[in-house]
Amino acid sequence: MATPNTPLWEVFIRSRNGLAHKHVGSLHATDATLALQAARDIYTRRGEGLSIWVVPSNAITASDPSEKGMMFEPAESKIYRHPTFYDVPEEVGHM
Amino acid sequence: MYTQALNSSDGEERHIEDAERAAQFQARIDAEERIEPNDWMPAAYRKTLTRQISQHAHSEIVGMLPEGNWITRAPSLRRKAALLAKVQDECGHGLYLYAAAETLGSSREELVDLMLAGKAKYSSIFNYPTLTWADIGTIGWLVDGAAIMNQIPLCRCSYGPYARAMIRVCKEESFHQRQGFEIMLTLCRGTDEQKAMAQDALNRWWWPVLMMFGPPDQVSQHSDTSTKWKIKRFSNDELRQKFVDATVPQAQFLGLSIPDPGMKQNEAGNWEYSAIDWEEFKQVLAGNGPCNRDRLAARRKAHDDGAWVREAAVAYAEKRRQRSTLQAAE
Repeated sequence: MATPNTPLWEVFIRSRNGLAHKHVGSLHATDATLALQAARDIYTRRGEGLSIWVVPSNAITASDPSEKGMMFEPAESKIYRHPTFYDVPEEVGHM
Repeated sequence: MYTQALNSSDGEERHIEDAERAAQFQARIDAEERIEPNDWMPAAYRKTLTRQISQHAHSEIVGMLPEGNWITRAPSLRRKAALLAKVQDECGHGLYLYAAAETLGSSREELVDLMLAGKAKYSSIFNYPTLTWADIGTIGWLVDGAAIMNQIPLCRCSYGPYARAMIRVCKEESFHQRQGFEIMLTLCRGTDEQKAMAQDALNRWWWPVLMMFGPPDQVSQHSDTSTKWKIKRFSNDELRQKFVDATVPQAQFLGLSIPDPGMKQNEAGNWEYSAIDWEEFKQVLAGNGPCNRDRLAARRKAHDDGAWVREAAVAYAEKRRQRSTLQAAE
């Protein structure tokens, strides 16, 4: 008999206070409690974290890589959004 | 007629588009860009990686068995704690790898079922028995040493999830190799009997370890496309040579002799080893190694014995879900 699939979870870990949670991988578990325990065993065996988030993978909405041009190109053409676009005379010093 | 004509032109267009996409894909690989799960990829790239990553995962899981054999018989608490941690790491490595394989579209359960059915391979090395404590030292020193040699270039593999899993695995493996070498060093500095035990283990593991790098370059069937796709960065023979050159001085330090009397160092400084018995490799891969049947039987038993746990977890999650739906309805 084929083994039934269990839901997939994405795991995020905060490695120390002051840093954001970062995606570290995924795992299978039937519920959130088991997902948290499995995340501890799989992803923090060497003190990698102080805090864990687990999120059902199907709760994530992702952008489509084939539309990344449409999605991100508008930001690339607006160089005036960067400080280096503006000339400040050297005499003015650091700004 | 009309529909048919439409169909065929459709098909052709798709074919042309695929050729175009394949060329774009190869250009990305050549530019050292990483491929991510939802990116377009040739079907053969997906298939090759699914096979390679899942077999790698199966190897980590089956690899727990020969070492698990010695956990209760480790000679001290220190050794026992280290061996337990190492075997737990191998399990973790298997799970990172299954997760990486799943991003290509097959579920972990499907992949595991293929292994349990004997339809997927795992590393031939785990079909050899661990007869003495010195085998645990040799596995850490040589089997993990060879695995690291293989895995370090995989950290730069073109497929992102596989490369990321390998980075984690390599970080953790270096403890495995060092604890193995420490076991060997302790035995080699011990009584004559202990040293003889270390030599005996090296004698039995040396050739199977060299086979871990796979068939020689001229007969390896997967190498060419894997190299083109930057899944593979070095050939089997290159990695094997690197491993031999790194290992010979370590064996000399231990005062052990490598069971290859014909071995000599050439002018370039490389150690030339004698011919490998590829018939043995073929036999072990075909299921006729000393432990193939045992290993699969142990995996199947563990899977079957754990079935009630999986069922109970699913039933519990379902019960909780129904209860919260009821409460929401009140």
